[in-house]
Parts: sequence; structure tokens; C-alpha cells
Amino acid sequence: MTGAVSPFLLRHRLRPLEPVWWLLAIAYFFVFPEYLAVATSVLVMALFALSLDLLIGFAGVLSLGHAVSFGIGAYVCALINLAGWREPITGVLASGAASGLFALAVGPLILRLRGLPFIMVTLGIGAIFYEAANKAVWLTGGDNGLPGVTLDPLLGLFRWSILGQTSYLYVLCWLLVLFYLARRIVASPFGVALQGIRENPGRMLLIGAPVLRHLVVAYAIASAMAGIAGALSAQTNAFVGLEVLSLTTSIDGLVMLVLGGIGRLYGGLIGAPVYMFVQHFAQQWNPYYWMFLIGGLLIFIVRFSRGGLLGLFDSLVRRVGQGHGDR
Amino acid sequence: MTGFALEAVGLQKSFGALPVTDSVTLRLPSGARTALIGPNGAGKTTLVGLLSGTIRPDAGRISLGGRDVTRDGSASRVRHGLVRTFQVSSLFARLTVLENVFLAVSEHQRASGGMWQPAGRRRALIDRAEAILERLRLTDHRHQEVARVPYGVQRLLEIAIALALEPKVLLLDEPAAGIPTDEVSVLLETVESLPSHISILMIEHDMHVVRRFATDVNVLVQGRILMAGPPAVVMASPDVRAVYLGQSGQSRFAGGAHGA
Amino acid sequence: MSYGLLLCIISIGLVVTMGLMRVVNLAHGAFAAIGGYLAVGLLTPLGVPLGLAILLAVAAVAAFSIAVERLLYVHLYGASELDQVLLTVGINFIVVAGLTVAFGPNVLPSRLPPSLAGSVDLGIRAFETYRLVVLAVGVIVIGGLWLVFERTSFGARLRAAVDNRTMAQAVGIDVPRLFSIAFALGSALAALGGALGAPLLPLEPLYPFKYLILVLVIVALSGFGNVRATLFVAIFVGIVDTAARYFLPESGAFTLYVLLIVLIVWRPDGLLAPRSAR
Repeated sequence: MTGAVSPFLLRHRLRPLEPVWWLLAIAYFFVFPEYLAVATSVLVMALFALSLDLLIGFAGVLSLGHAVSFGIGAYVCALINLAGWREPITGVLASGAASGLFALAVGPLILRLRGLPFIMVTLGIGAIFYEAANKAVWLTGGDNGLPGVTLDPLLGLFRWSILGQTSYLYVLCWLLVLFYLARRIVASPFGVALQGIRENPGRMLLIGAPVLRHLVVAYAIASAMAGIAGALSAQTNAFVGLEVLSLTTSIDGLVMLVLGGIGRLYGGLIGAPVYMFVQHFAQQWNPYYWMFLIGGLLIFIVRFSRGGLLGLFDSLVRRVGQGHGDR
Repeated sequence: MTGFALEAVGLQKSFGALPVTDSVTLRLPSGARTALIGPNGAGKTTLVGLLSGTIRPDAGRISLGGRDVTRDGSASRVRHGLVRTFQVSSLFARLTVLENVFLAVSEHQRASGGMWQPAGRRRALIDRAEAILERLRLTDHRHQEVARVPYGVQRLLEIAIALALEPKVLLLDEPAAGIPTDEVSVLLETVESLPSHISILMIEHDMHVVRRFATDVNVLVQGRILMAGPPAVVMASPDVRAVYLGQSGQSRFAGGAHGA
Repeated sequence: MSYGLLLCIISIGLVVTMGLMRVVNLAHGAFAAIGGYLAVGLLTPLGVPLGLAILLAVAAVAAFSIAVERLLYVHLYGASELDQVLLTVGINFIVVAGLTVAFGPNVLPSRLPPSLAGSVDLGIRAFETYRLVVLAVGVIVIGGLWLVFERTSFGARLRAAVDNRTMAQAVGIDVPRLFSIAFALGSALAALGGALGAPLLPLEPLYPFKYLILVLVIVALSGFGNVRATLFVAIFVGIVDTAARYFLPESGAFTLYVLLIVLIVWRPDGLLAPRSAR
């Protein structure tokens, strides 16, 4: 294959189609001003899926309990807000830090496990947190959740409008910043090391890599990012409910990521809108048909198109390229 | 005591009631060129596992350059200079050849914690990785995915990774295993041109290679070291010949063709 | 106790699947749900007596599962865990959607026939009749399974294939066919658990997801393939759960989860496995 270069050499370079996504996201703001609320949720989930991509796509850590990080961020954000701290940006940072700390505490214990036992443990931790939150009604509001999150104007300047304009751009900015950070991390020697751990953790040990430490760091970063997504969810919805900690949320994130394509950073950013679009429109038709669609899509992806939508796109581009080359 | 590069004393490992490694004592001075031979099932791979730290011994002591590493994990031993290669290639399949070596170089230079600078801009690390590949004549393959390169290239890559780690002690587990005869020479030349200060323990079945390469031979049978000494002495020993069954064993030692 | 045994019935099927085929089968609960819905949601309202309904439902699920196995699961043998998770989650989604469309989104009320409702006084205290029935069936099923596994040639072949698939094939055991049968057996057991347990584990479309974690953890603790251990673990779960409900009624399932998580982190290869050397 002429022209093929080791991916790690070029990962930091901007690719031609990249800005398209961001331009579309900005364009959306002007084209669909009445649909900003749902789009903001999409952006939040995209960030959540991005954090999961770091974990699964790059480090090879298959967690089915990532919603815990999301939920911790959401609840911490709501709680400090209700306690009086209304500044939005620091609120988000504090919540992200809380999720990160959770990962630093739990990571060294569970990241020694791999494969099936690890999946079990993540499921179990998810269940524990969900049940605990369910019971601790004094803290989490239980089934009723925590309503009434109110925010000070952003940077002291921008007020939060009902139509959600500030919210949309606010979340989009967070997504941009965190995406940039994720990009740098993935392109760095640490990112390559994570891929090595994903491919062959045993061999990584035998080249002297501190595998557990690398994994804990990766987990902490992914968790903090998910926590930020959770906090943004709390802020833009002005509400936090139990579902932020649910298995459903964990699985939603995974499905969105897989739909878009794992290990490419943009997977979550493509999968989230597609997933929620399908959900939204199929629901008009029949409330449950969307599950058929998503279930079918998952099976299709596993059987035929491993790289998700981005993978399909890549093979299309390749085929078109070959077509031109033959001429 | 003069520092041995690698010293293992009284290593013992049993799986259940079966002692797979039985009071093994091994000493490698600096610059050693030692071969470890023995019939299949003798416990050679277990021994390598014990030395490299993936298996914990039931008893015994291992030290690297005078430093006791018995309790150290494998990553720690690598950082202190003990590197092994695998009989069955254990590589990073979906990464490219260059990426594989880069990983090792990056770890060795303690650069793998760096999260900000792109790997693609770390010229020093990349140059070093490319130099190693150049030395092993793997440059043409460097951007190919490891899962797709020929097996011979994979075996050389094993050695490339080992070199990237600048070992003081190198455990080569049947480096030529599975390579077609015509490609073996590159590998053997590489092994021979390894820096003379490195202590090498090579597990081999091929007596040709052993004779060419080793100054010392240890014979491992059923977990115990049957005999140790220069190749000529060991191979002339009737005990050793008896261990390798019948005709094929005799012809092996009598200078027969490469491989059996 | 009956709770534990129910989970055991459902879990044993999964133990066979996961131990034998080494497939992460997150859709196991779906078969339990289908079994339950068929028996309680379809057949019983049609007038079929409960016992017969359960048997029919189990047979139907077994047949259906063979088709699913040949069509979908067969591609998962040897696939990555991620693939297995995704495919089985996809199956779950489809089943949940199907059940919702067919039976509505709410919990399905299950009415017991008058002969089985009520309670029986056994001297120490009064027990609900149905729980005793479940207990009895559970014991019979598990006893029967034990007999099959330990005393029949089928069981022997199954255990051989679980232990060492390649060796079993080398010896002439038709492993793919064995897989299909074992999968059908596992799914049938799940369906039995779902149908039998409907009054205790209420049927709702999200059933496959709801009990997923508990069942998986039981299977994990029993070492993924050890049928005997599953029994032990399930009884243990039943006891812990009952005790928790008794002594710490407010905590609900929480204590159980915490305990199980701690156990799986401490002994990732299962409770009865020896500590592996590194």
C-alpha cells in the first residue's frame, strides 16, 4: 500500500474534513434556533461518548458502567449549585474533578482485571451507585431528582435564555476544548502507549511500561470528561434525575460510540446525533420502533461494518479513490 | 562476589504436584553467550517466565547485576535491563512495525507519560526507532501493520523491540523458530552482532545455531539442569545424547542439518 | 430462598453458555423474559393451565433459541468481547422492543390460579404456597440437571467440551451440535426461570436489562462454567438477600450488590477457583 504511513506520525495533523463537523455544529445554531434544546442534549451525549472512546477505543478498557462518572458529575454539580455556588464554569470543573477523583480511587483496584471479570465489576459498580442514589433520597432526591439548578450569567455577561442559545454555544465550547485536549492526548506518546496496552497488555509490561498507572490515568481523564458532560447536563436541563446513573445511559453511550465508529474520536460526535435523531423520529412513528432500529443497527455493525458509520465512510472513500485511480 | 549480570539460585516452581522447575541455578556473567537446550516439555519456557517475572517462583532468588529482583514485577525487571523475546511472537498486531518499536523506545526513554507533545514530533524517539529498524533491515516494512507482515519480519521485530530497550541481559526464546531456512541468516547475523557487553541466554533447539553462537550450554531436563559447559563437551556427553531420543537425537548432535 | 433458586435456574443456563461457548451473553435475560411473557402473558389468559403454559413456553423458547444460535451467536465464538457485548445488547434491544409492542410497556400482572395462591402452614411459620412450588420445582430441576451433567454421556461430553474444546473435537465430539443443544438448554432454563418466577420477578419489557447484573454476577462468581459452583453461589445469594431484607430492610438490593462486587474484585476467577499464580 503505497503512501500508507504509520498513523501515530500524523495523528496530530488536522485532516481536511475535520472542520466540517464543527462548522455544521455552528451552522445548526443559526439554521434551527427552535431546536436548540435537543441539540444541546446531543452535544452533551457526544462529549460523554467521546470520553468513552478514550476508554474503549484507545485504552481497550470495556466499561459498561461509565454512567457512574457521568452521574457523579451531574449530582455534584447540582448539589454545589443548590448549596449556593452558581458560577457555571467552576461548577463544571469541580464536578469533573469529583469524577476524576472517583476514578483515581477505584481505578487501581479494578483495572487489574481484564475482559469478562472487568465488565462484571463495572456493571456492578453501576448498580451499586444507582441503588445507593435511589435510596439516599435526602441527597439525590431519589425518584424525583434534583430540580432547580440555576446558574449565574456566564462569565458575568451572558444570561441564560429560555430558548437555550447560551446553553448550546456554552456546551459546544466545552466540547471543542475537551475534544482538542483528547486529540492531543491521543496523538501523544501516552496515547500510543494506551494503544499498546489495548493491543497486548502483557507485552507492554514486558517492555517496562507501568501499565496499571497508565490505565488509571486514562480512566481518570475519561471519568473527568464524563463528569463534565454530566455537569453540563445538570446545568442545561436545570435538573438531575436517577437516569444519569443508569445502565441505560452507559449503554446509550456505548451504542452511540459504536454507531459512529470506535477509536476515531469523531465516532461519538457522529453517533450521538444519529442515535438521538433515530430515537426522536422513530418515536413519532411508534414509541418503541426505535429500539428495533438500534438493535438491528448494532447487529449489522457487528456483522458487517466494524468501524461504524465512519468505517463505512472510509471504505466508500477508498472505493471512489480506487475508481479514479483505475482510469 | 563479582557481579553476575544475571544470577538465579535455587529456582523452584511446581504446578500442583509437578515440579516444572527444580532447583535451577544459572549464572550469566557480563557478555555471556549461553544457550539453554533441552527436550520439549523440559520447562524452558517456564524458566524464562520465572526469570522475566511473569511467573513467581515457589522458592529461589534472582538478581540482576547484583540487585535482588525476586520480588520485582516484570515491568520493573525490564527497566533494570532484563529483556526477553517470545517464541511465539507477541507483538502489537494492529499497530505498524514502526509503532511497535516506537513504543519500546518511548518506554525506555521514559517518554510514555507525555500527553501534550504529539508523538509525531518527537524526532529523537522516531529517529532512534528508525535506526533500529534500519539495522535489522526492516525499514521497508516500517509502515505495515504487524498482523500483515511475513512471519520472519515478526521474529526480527521481536529482536528490534528488545534492542530498543537497551538490555543488559537478553533472554531469546527460540528466536529462529518458524522462520524459513533462507531467512534465518539475517536473524543469526543480528544476534551475533549484538553488543558484546550484553549477556544473552538463548533457548534453542537447533544445534547448528547453538554451536555457532554459544560459549556455554545449559541442558534442562524435566526442570533440572542436567549439565552445563562448553558446547563441545555438552554435546559429546552420553547422558545428554541419551536424553534426546534415539536416532534423531544422535544425528542432531553429530552435526546434522539445520532443524529437525 | 426461592429468590435465590430462581436466579439459580436462570443463571445455570448462562453458566453453560458462557462456560461452553465463552461468549458474553448479555441477552440471556431476554430468553427468560420471552419465556415469562409467553407463559403468563399469552397462554394463561388464553385459558391454558399454568403448568402446561410454562412447559409450552419453555419448549417454544428452546426452539427459537436454536434458530438464534445458528443465525447470530455462531459468529461470536472467538470474537472480541466488545463484539459480543454489542451483538447481545442489540438482541436485547430488539426483544425489549418486541415485548413492548406486543404486551405494552407496563409491568405484567400475574395472577396465580387459586390453588396456588395463598399460603401453607408448615408448622414453623406460614409460607406462601407459590414460593414452595418454586422451591420444589427448583430443587427438581437442579437435581435433574445435576443428574444430566454428572451421570449421562451427554453431560460428560458437555463437560469435556467446556473444559477443553479442541481436545473434545479431536476426540470426535460434534462440538457445534453440542453448542446448539447446550444453548437451547440454557435458554430453556432461562425461560423456565422467567415463566415460573413471574409472580416473584415481575415481568416488564425491561426485564432483560433489569436482572442482567445479578445473573451475570452470579455466573461470574461461580467461575464462568462451573455448574456446581453456580448452585452454591445462587444459594449464597438467596441467603444474603433474605438476610439483608430481614436485618437491613431499607438497603434493599444494595447490600447484595456491594457484597457481590467486593467478591468479584477479590476473586475474579470465581469464588471457588484457586488463586492463580499472577
